[in-house]
Amino acid sequence: MEILNELSANLQEGYADKTKKLTEEALAQGIPATEILEKGLIAGMNIVGGKFKKNEMYLPEVLVVARAMKFSMDVLKPHLAAARVKSRGKILLGTVKGDMHDIGKNLVGIMLQGAGFDVVDVGTDISMEKFVETVEREQPDVLGLSALLTTTMVYMKRVIEALEQRQLRGKVKVIVGGAPITQRYADEIKADGYARDASSAVDLVRSLLNSGAQQN
Amino acid sequence: MKQTFSSLALGPSELVFGRAKHPIIRNGVSIGSGSVLPEIKFTLSSISIEEATREEIRSQYSEMITDVCQRAVDLHQSQLVVEFELLPQMTVESHWGVMITELLKEVMEQFRSTEGLQSLLRVTPTDTREFKKPPLRREGRELEDVLTSFRTCANAGGDLLSIESTGGKEVTDQAIMETDVRGMLFGVGVLAAADMEFLWERICEIAHETATIPAGDTACGIANTAMVLADKHYIPKVFAAVVRAMTAVRSLIAYEAGAIGPGKDCGYENAYIKAITGFPMSMEGKSAACAHLSTVGNIAGAYTDLWSNESVQNVKLLSAMAPVVSMEQLIYDCRLFNTSLRGGKEMDLRDLLVDSDSSLDPQAFIFRPEIVQMLSATIIAGRSHYEKTLSVALATAACLDQGVKDGTLLLSQREQKWLHKIAGELADLPTEEGQFIEEEKRKWLGHVDLAQYGLPR
Ligand code: B12
Repeated sequence: MEILNELSANLQEGYADKTKKLTEEALAQGIPATEILEKGLIAGMNIVGGKFKKNEMYLPEVLVVARAMKFSMDVLKPHLAAARVKSRGKILLGTVKGDMHDIGKNLVGIMLQGAGFDVVDVGTDISMEKFVETVEREQPDVLGLSALLTTTMVYMKRVIEALEQRQLRGKVKVIVGGAPITQRYADEIKADGYARDASSAVDLVRSLLNSGAQQN
Repeated sequence: MKQTFSSLALGPSELVFGRAKHPIIRNGVSIGSGSVLPEIKFTLSSISIEEATREEIRSQYSEMITDVCQRAVDLHQSQLVVEFELLPQMTVESHWGVMITELLKEVMEQFRSTEGLQSLLRVTPTDTREFKKPPLRREGRELEDVLTSFRTCANAGGDLLSIESTGGKEVTDQAIMETDVRGMLFGVGVLAAADMEFLWERICEIAHETATIPAGDTACGIANTAMVLADKHYIPKVFAAVVRAMTAVRSLIAYEAGAIGPGKDCGYENAYIKAITGFPMSMEGKSAACAHLSTVGNIAGAYTDLWSNESVQNVKLLSAMAPVVSMEQLIYDCRLFNTSLRGGKEMDLRDLLVDSDSSLDPQAFIFRPEIVQMLSATIIAGRSHYEKTLSVALATAACLDQGVKDGTLLLSQREQKWLHKIAGELADLPTEEGQFIEEEKRKWLGHVDLAQYGLPR
């Protein structure tokens, strides 16, 4: 559909006003909100994500696009809710206790949001109690833990154990990342996945949630 | 104790590794008086810090320090500096910092008496003031923790006091990701500058009381964050280069407050600080690739007095444990520096280090000796921290542009586009600080508590 291509193109340029206007126009034309989201916004954001991954775009440019997308999402949200459209998935992110490094985690959040996921970021220096409590409250599909210090990465294991104790582990996929983390470590602490950077984190979440859907 | 720097201490023909205008001599170790010494640093491999792991942690540190000292002896290295960079918990629970400081110092002193190995210990507490959000910079338990850590580690055997303080980070983290030039000027030239004045007055007092050396602070949290993001292709390299030069103003404030060096390794802005102050500096380059990647591997050694590996995890490599590998690499690098100094060939080696990197990356280009001279002169000419930060940013953008025009700096079209954008935005900034602060204050409301920087809310 012409207007959705135009929407995607304007979003990729980061033109917030134009993107918002086109979203409203598409709704007025009677195009379903889900289609506007999938074929317009997420399609555009996927291209931007791909360019970022290939080092063709810088983060500040991606952030401008992400902001434009947010404006359009504000327009779409009531329509999506009215149509009872389920979100693509909810991701809870946080840096573990004792650790204040957050740039990598923030990036993961930005990329996941761009890919259409709902992201709740609980911040840095987060205790296992706080993680458990927030998982109970927010009921995310995926919990993403970040750690940059060799002395805080071990805390990830405790968070996973705490989720097990509260019988929450079966309800949420846990993924981990940060400079000292490896796939091997993720396996060792029985996490569901590891990603080395923000773009791979999006792929990981997609594949975890898809396989989950098949199982159900 | 306060010092002002109104002229450059070292000209381009005097600015070279191993020689500072004001060397530091302590316990038989001399820094900046004609040779470059290794500065070795290591950290724990994956482990939590708690009572149950206490013995394991002690034995890891004990093994690391013993093995690196032994390697130094085996390779005929007679002097060295060791850095103990505390992890956050070791700062908050000061007994951990004290225990490890004592342990390291004891082994170092054993090697002094049995093998004649002379060494100094740098202690670097973590700036844990950040744990409060927004951070309490001037009051509260977090500040007390940091100052207590300095005091207790100094009393436990530390010789040199350093920190990577994080004033302004509430603003700069976001400004870096957004390549926001105004935000950077506010974060570095206003907030970080104010925090450095406050913090370093106190660190210098502690150094005085404990008869230790106030060695300096690095803009790691600002300029290295930008450098790492640029290296991952997340932000433009020209932006990281401009940020680096801006942070020299904020790092210089430690010396204005009384620090005398050796400046801490990860402050690449130390090149300018050495030219301005004449104090010896520590730097890290290619032999710190174990800690993070960079594009200044050789040129970072051009003016250094201590040569560091930044940090390495205690893991096994094919030859030996990683800290020992680092020790060996640093010692060979230092042999080359020092042989050139003894043979009067240091300027040749310096220029090789400079020329091998400077055309390939803007972050390296700004460390060419003539540019260090020019940017350092720009800094001291400014009347306020704000004016200094703005003028050095403008001068950096201009010299990068000139480098592209001359063909001495290779820069992709994409980077050039960003350079012009950044230069344009800088040119639009007000030279008057009051007006600028009023404008920025509103923008960052909620992110930062201005009273914690001594500014009206
Ligand atoms: C920038 C930085 C800082 C900044 C942090 C700014 C911020 N807001 O985060 C500052 C200066 C404040 C800082 C402070 C400290 N740091 Co620091 N820091 C770094 C540095 C140089 C880069 C980290 C970074 O931001 N990289 C860029 C981002 C984009 O990459 P990333 O974090 O790896 O994230 C990507 C992936 O890992 C992944 N990912 C990340 N999280 C997640 C989560 C999930 C779920 C998934 C799927 C993926 C994922 O995707 C991200 C995006 O691509 C590293 C060096 C290194 N080798 O990593 C040291 C480093 C991590 N720091 C280190 C240290 C020691 C410290 C301090 C203790 C220093 C001190 N004494 O003060 C303090 C501790 C602060 C604290 N309380 O936690 C050491 C750690 C050593 C150790 N024992 O583990 C390192 C390795 C440096 C070194 N070699 O010495 N640091």
